[in-house]
Amino acid sequence: MTPPILELVAASKTFRIRNIFGGEKSVAALQQVSLKLDEGRALAIVGESGSGKSTLGRAATGLFPLSSGQVLFRGRDIATIRGRKARLKHRRAVQMIFQDPFSALNPAHTVRHHLERPLRLHHGLSGVALGERVAGIVAEAELDPDHTLDKYPHELSGGQRQRVNLARVLAVGAELVVADEPTSMLDVSIRRSMLELIARLKTQRGLSLLYITHDIATAHYIAEETAVMFGGRIVEWGPSREVIARPVHPYTRVLLSAVPNASERLDGDSAAAAAFAVEVARVRGMARAEVGQWTEVSPGHYAAV
Amino acid sequence: MDQQSNLVEVRGLKVDFMTTTGLFTAVNAVDLDIRRGEVMGLAGESGCGKSTIAFALMRLHRPPAIISGGSIRVDGEDVLALTPQALRRWRWRKVSMVFQSAMNSLNPVLTIFEQFRDVLVGHTGMRREAARARAEELMKLVGIAAARLDDYPHQLSGGMRQRVVLAMALALEPELIIMDEPTTALDVVVQREILTEIMALKARLGFSLLFITHDLALMAQLADRIAIMLKGRIIEVGATQQIVEAPEQAYTRALWDAMPRLETLS
Repeated sequence: MTPPILELVAASKTFRIRNIFGGEKSVAALQQVSLKLDEGRALAIVGESGSGKSTLGRAATGLFPLSSGQVLFRGRDIATIRGRKARLKHRRAVQMIFQDPFSALNPAHTVRHHLERPLRLHHGLSGVALGERVAGIVAEAELDPDHTLDKYPHELSGGQRQRVNLARVLAVGAELVVADEPTSMLDVSIRRSMLELIARLKTQRGLSLLYITHDIATAHYIAEETAVMFGGRIVEWGPSREVIARPVHPYTRVLLSAVPNASERLDGDSAAAAAFAVEVARVRGMARAEVGQWTEVSPGHYAAV
Repeated sequence: MDQQSNLVEVRGLKVDFMTTTGLFTAVNAVDLDIRRGEVMGLAGESGCGKSTIAFALMRLHRPPAIISGGSIRVDGEDVLALTPQALRRWRWRKVSMVFQSAMNSLNPVLTIFEQFRDVLVGHTGMRREAARARAEELMKLVGIAAARLDDYPHQLSGGMRQRVVLAMALALEPELIIMDEPTTALDVVVQREILTEIMALKARLGFSLLFITHDLALMAQLADRIAIMLKGRIIEVGATQQIVEAPEQAYTRALWDAMPRLETLS
């Protein structure tokens, strides 16, 4: 049996924050997180700001070492990868897409430069072959080659920039993509088309995806499975549709009830506002408590309650 | 309060930007009414001119933007005719605004209280002690402990900063608050908490709200009426229910269809 493309084993990360007066405090951003992602599949990591979801994504790509636990890429602990060649190979295979599509691109270079460079460096392409590959990738990312290739990032819209980031990931030849809130800085009106593009590329290219988001409503567009993070831990995990339709953990329920829904009015009823605030406070209080017992609610759907 | 009379009447508003290649019309022939106590939603994609309207309403627009036509009346007063001094008194007192990145609209080197004091003392000539009492009252109103008044903005979370900005917007009990994407930078749970609070405050204090966002589902939860903008023009205005259930314009339907939604599951 082939090992999963990505596996986290009891991964923990504690950040030490030192203030200028020498005081120190530690923040446990990730606590004993274990997960598996099979090749060609997508897992959504859903949670609010500070839940540790971005820390998880960065740890998965090896941007920083874990405090304890392991990140396995195709069965191999990434902390044990030695040698320039092997490390480069890993970096090529694991790529990130960031939330802010503008700061992820170099403002001094054209789109063409952003796409040609990885093709030269990682695939040794040049001349006509290079031009053809760039054209192919631009088409895959649904960008208009005549109007975008020679432009600078500031001349593009947010959606176009994020497509360039996606194209760059394709150019490198990524196998595993960690997408950290790829649509949250885009207009609502182009989010769906962006999600659909990512889902299409996943199928066509057999990409594996770790999709990190605070918007649980978008998870099912890309990911077969959804894991809900809360206070540095995973509290619920299952098929995306199952988690959305039958949430079990109170935090998942709060997340779902907060998704804007056109058929539900917020009419200034102060009792309703207070009730919501009480429920949120109760659930937030749980973040400090120990996790409950893991139970399998339905096939493949687990919750710690 | 008279529900039917208009607090805001915008007629034929035109805002141009002077660019190197000539005039660019960002807002064109816009008519917009906001009734007293009403939540008016203004929706559209980035760059459609919705923020430009907000800035023009408060005359906060700066060159290269110029108001080249039309009229704006708020509570019967001709806003475009106000002198600079009158304008200073008018802002905050009659109309206030909560910006998209509230995080950045606070001054990082002043405590929260100093910033309240600027507004309160500058506009009412209140004494420091009175301003402190009023600031504490306002903080309580938005659900933050009064002790946080002595903190600097960076010591507060994003949601708290947004609440502080909201409290400042309420400081002089304006009749209209303009909110330009007030919760876009926040995550959904905090967004819901703040919006339920805003609606509860509105029910209590009775201000009108111009709520600007590109998130139609969110807007439909709050607004009494919704105006849809496209390329500088308002192409459709209607009661929220009509815009949700039976939009007249193809563009409005396209906006709905372009949004990721949970309902598609059930």
